[in-house]
Amino acid sequence: MLRFTLRRILQVIPTVVVVALLIFVIFSVVPGTFAASLFADGKRAADPQMIARLNEEFGLNKPLMERFVTYVTDLAQFDLGTSFRTRQPVIDLIGDRMGASLQLAIAAMVFALVVGVPLGFLAALRPGSILDTVTMIGAVSGLSMPQFWLGLLMMYLFALQLNWLPSFGYGDGSFRNLILPAVTLGVTPLALLARTTRAGVLDVLNADFIRTAHSKGMSEMKVVRWHVARNALVLIVTTVGLQFGSLIGQAVVIEKLFAWPGIGSLLVDSVAIRDIPVVQGTILVIVLWFLVINTAVDLIYAAIDPRIKQE
Amino acid sequence: MTAPLLDIKDLRLGVAVNRSTVHPLLKGISFQIMPGEAYGLVGESGSGKSVTSLAVMGLLKKPLTVSGGEILFKGQNLLALPKREMRRLRGNRIAMIFQEPMTALNPLSTVGRQIAEMFVLHQGKSWGEAEKLAVEALGNVRVPNPDRRAKNYPHQMSGGLRQRVMIAMALACDPDLLIADEPTTALDVTVQAEVLRLIKELCAARGTAVLFISHDLGVIASVCQRVGVMYSGCLVEENDTRALFDNPRHEYTRGLLGALPRLGSRSEHGRQRLVDIDSIIADRSKLTETRFIAPRGPEGSQP
Repeated sequence: MLRFTLRRILQVIPTVVVVALLIFVIFSVVPGTFAASLFADGKRAADPQMIARLNEEFGLNKPLMERFVTYVTDLAQFDLGTSFRTRQPVIDLIGDRMGASLQLAIAAMVFALVVGVPLGFLAALRPGSILDTVTMIGAVSGLSMPQFWLGLLMMYLFALQLNWLPSFGYGDGSFRNLILPAVTLGVTPLALLARTTRAGVLDVLNADFIRTAHSKGMSEMKVVRWHVARNALVLIVTTVGLQFGSLIGQAVVIEKLFAWPGIGSLLVDSVAIRDIPVVQGTILVIVLWFLVINTAVDLIYAAIDPRIKQE
Repeated sequence: MTAPLLDIKDLRLGVAVNRSTVHPLLKGISFQIMPGEAYGLVGESGSGKSVTSLAVMGLLKKPLTVSGGEILFKGQNLLALPKREMRRLRGNRIAMIFQEPMTALNPLSTVGRQIAEMFVLHQGKSWGEAEKLAVEALGNVRVPNPDRRAKNYPHQMSGGLRQRVMIAMALACDPDLLIADEPTTALDVTVQAEVLRLIKELCAARGTAVLFISHDLGVIASVCQRVGVMYSGCLVEENDTRALFDNPRHEYTRGLLGALPRLGSRSEHGRQRLVDIDSIIADRSKLTETRFIAPRGPEGSQP
């Protein structure tokens, strides 16, 4: 298990390197510069001298290769560069926002897990029942609904009409502020989890070893606890991992909508003004997050299923 | 005369097409198994052997439903037994071995634990005690290094070993009746012989009755004292194994025996051709009660 763990962790490194290179290349070729965007209010032409001065300051007029070397050597020392706009280290900017982002992603995932998995499980145990039908209709609706639209509806109902919860913002970081964005963000993974759990459990229930379990004289409860749960978990863990990873990316829209100070909104703001170091840093962090989750999923996998460790 | 251990009386079951109609699969079969006796059921795929065994175990799944008859086990009608009572018998007094040793065991659980479940379920043992008993059970089915093997997962074992695990599990609580549904079909021939011998010897030593299901007359002959031949949901012939082989009465049984390859048997033209029983099973709805074989058998085709 230790060797498997080490190997999986080491496998992350090449991926990070490739992603870092890709990010650099992409943001070297996107049109528009920070300097130009500063003056792009449409009222007057930008002062070429000012633009030249800013480019000089940020080192944007240096040859591509030179900038690339700087980028890589900085990165190797965990230096993500300095923001063009705020002149702060990017790593600090992201650090300030990461907490809120994680809070949102974890809350959304917990909500999805706590509601989605039991619903999927119960639906699978009684296929064709009212609960099954209602759950699956709900899941399809949850998957089809645009998140920003659902967010607006929730905001309207729970904040404006009922006045139960604050409509947006981080506030003092209290739980009340977290509920609306987390629930909105959690609906998609919830729907997916309910569906995959149902499919996974149904699959396991039809397996030969479940018939064996029944032939031993086990009650249905025990069959589910001793033989179904663990086998269904494999599929559930995969879905949770994939969803959890992409949640930070999906959160961009929700963070904008609810004015949530996470790295998603930082990314959007920075792209708009071509604050390249921040964009690069944020994307790298999101990718890293994805890799960490994926590795964790693989390790959990190996802990559940003994066949995986054997290659 | 002793009372039969299992007494199946006019068992009818089928696929429930809708609320009122049941498409018949078993058209009233009756046979008895004495305590300690090994009884074989032969027949081709789809003849109803497996559903019969599942009915005895009470493991029929929708849309399969019993439409009539009785299954008496020690005089008690299993079909009328409440679920809880049936669970107490299942695995404990009547145990079953399935055809697929590859998939019949839970891949995520050690075989020791899976055997131990039997002792926890039926004998109220603690897990610790049960796992010790499981190692013992593995030893009884002649698995080498049982204490090490108990910690193995099914994927770490060969097909033959897994089938031994299944046998150990089925015999764990010393049942009165063991149902073996094609237990050796998925195994290669040498392993098959070992597993058959194991079932035969263990059951003989413990006085366990066996309901042995197979499409292979040779396998049945080596294990069972009596044989029932099934065809299209009916028990067409029943006899002592020897007598059945020497003097098959039903044309279908003759067909089955004719389809057996025999070492050294040759006709004047060199190789002897095996008799074939006109491939797939006939459409059941077109069969009459009396001459089910009429549309296909080589003899039945000439009235």
